[in-house]
Amino acid sequence: MNLRKLFRSEAASGYLLLSPTAIFSIVVMAAPLIAVVLFSFMTAGYLKIIWTPTLANYVTLLDQPIYVTLMMRSLIVAAVATAATVFSALPIAYFISFFVPPERKSLWLFLITIPFWTSYLIRVFLWKVILGYNGVINSAFLGLGIIHEPMTFLLYNANAVVITLAHAYAPFAILPIFVSLEKIDRSLLEAGQDLGESRFMTFIRVTLPLAVPGVVASVLIVFIPTVGDYVTPTLVGGNNGQMVANLIENSYFKLGNYPLGSAISVSAMGIVTVICLIFLFLNRRFLRSRS
Amino acid sequence: MNKGRGFRVYAFVYLAFLYAPIVLLPIFAFNDATIVSFPLTGFTTKWFVQMWNNAALGDAVRNSLIVAVSVSILATTLGVFAARATTRYRFPGQAGLLGMIMLPLVLPDIIIAVSLLVTILQLGISLTLKTIILGHTLIATPFTIAILNSAFQSLDRSLEEAAYDLGETKASTFRLIIMPLVMPGIISSLLIAFSISLDEYIIASFLGGTDNTLPLYIFSLFRFANQVPTVMALGTILAVLSVVLLTIAEYFRRRGIARAGGKDTGGFL
Repeated sequence: MNLRKLFRSEAASGYLLLSPTAIFSIVVMAAPLIAVVLFSFMTAGYLKIIWTPTLANYVTLLDQPIYVTLMMRSLIVAAVATAATVFSALPIAYFISFFVPPERKSLWLFLITIPFWTSYLIRVFLWKVILGYNGVINSAFLGLGIIHEPMTFLLYNANAVVITLAHAYAPFAILPIFVSLEKIDRSLLEAGQDLGESRFMTFIRVTLPLAVPGVVASVLIVFIPTVGDYVTPTLVGGNNGQMVANLIENSYFKLGNYPLGSAISVSAMGIVTVICLIFLFLNRRFLRSRS
Repeated sequence: MNKGRGFRVYAFVYLAFLYAPIVLLPIFAFNDATIVSFPLTGFTTKWFVQMWNNAALGDAVRNSLIVAVSVSILATTLGVFAARATTRYRFPGQAGLLGMIMLPLVLPDIIIAVSLLVTILQLGISLTLKTIILGHTLIATPFTIAILNSAFQSLDRSLEEAAYDLGETKASTFRLIIMPLVMPGIISSLLIAFSISLDEYIIASFLGGTDNTLPLYIFSLFRFANQVPTVMALGTILAVLSVVLLTIAEYFRRRGIARAGGKDTGGFL
């Protein structure tokens, strides 16, 4: 009788209902992530894995400059791309939240999400067309007589990666900021102005602090996947724009060294996690005041 | 409205930036030149004909459709369970479990690809379309939960209780009362999961073995300059298709919210 009651309780029903999704997530995500961590301590033998735990892979990562260089570059490119994406997204989110009439807001959000759903590969490739030697920008500037020979600094470097990523992740940055702006009680802003603050100072002292949770969310949601992006650095990065995902792919498929590839993946995940935690810690004041 | 003018100008410039690549797509798909660059040389539809006659492309499309349809059904089913569980019941550890399920939203795809590859090979399972389906379902599920959560949240609890009082069981209430009310959310979740899977490259390339999906095929074509206009033609069709799918998804999402009497908060995320 007691068991039956327990089975019918609210918590039990909840667990039971959530279990298919939770079990799927444990089997297909959590367990494989643990496997990668284990793998990173193994050694690649000839056609098989040597099951003796060792730190050799991590020593290799620190020893050979290429790994440190590409990891640093990935972090810097992702940080710059994130800053570019979020700063360009802020005014858009602000515009939609504060200046667009309520009945038109969905339309604007829809307009922003459409490009995001067209093939990522083809979008990235089209940036190659825009930025390339015979590309849209070069031919336009040549035609207008602004430049006399095509600019070569546009494509196949970190700049191209930043522009392409800022384009690809735009909706991920706009939507969280928009949501946090929508939550702001508009009477707070009126109060700020009634108390003698200018419109600009009201923005700085009221709107911005209240929007921080959204900005923090969009920074994280853009930064984390961009560090590990593969398609963009491969297509528009050139030799000096390769990032950590290329390194991982290379050690898995070209070198066939799974433990080394796993060690790169684990290090990348660890470093990104630490950076995100530091970032959250630095913003703790704004995040706490909301909840 | 004057004070918003600066923002309005910026918004249109920003939209131009967002749409720049997509506008170029049809231009080059109909341009009569192998090299994708300006100036344009003339109008042609031969790239579409070439695309139509391409057998390898047909295979890739077929594989992608198999994967995407399976993923949309699996991810939406998992999404329904999770969304129903978290909107209807309160239980300890809920936030943590949901956090774990939503993690693929921020986990780089290559990490998911690598970890699944290692595990699958270690278990001795061979790489086929099925393994791609597993990976894609994992990344699509958080999106389906986000959509379905809003559909389930706007449900009126008293409708369900009325059904119980009238003698319906839990299962029949779900089928007769809840399902019809959240149906628009389910349709839009199916379409979103479908689009995510159809577009995904890196997981498919790690887990696909010898099976090609559409993005893998497109990526391989980029290496051959003379194939690029065909990709543009294909891209044009895909773009039109996804705009149509999204418009349908958006229509159902809004109708769902309207039907349940909720307020539209906009957006898929």
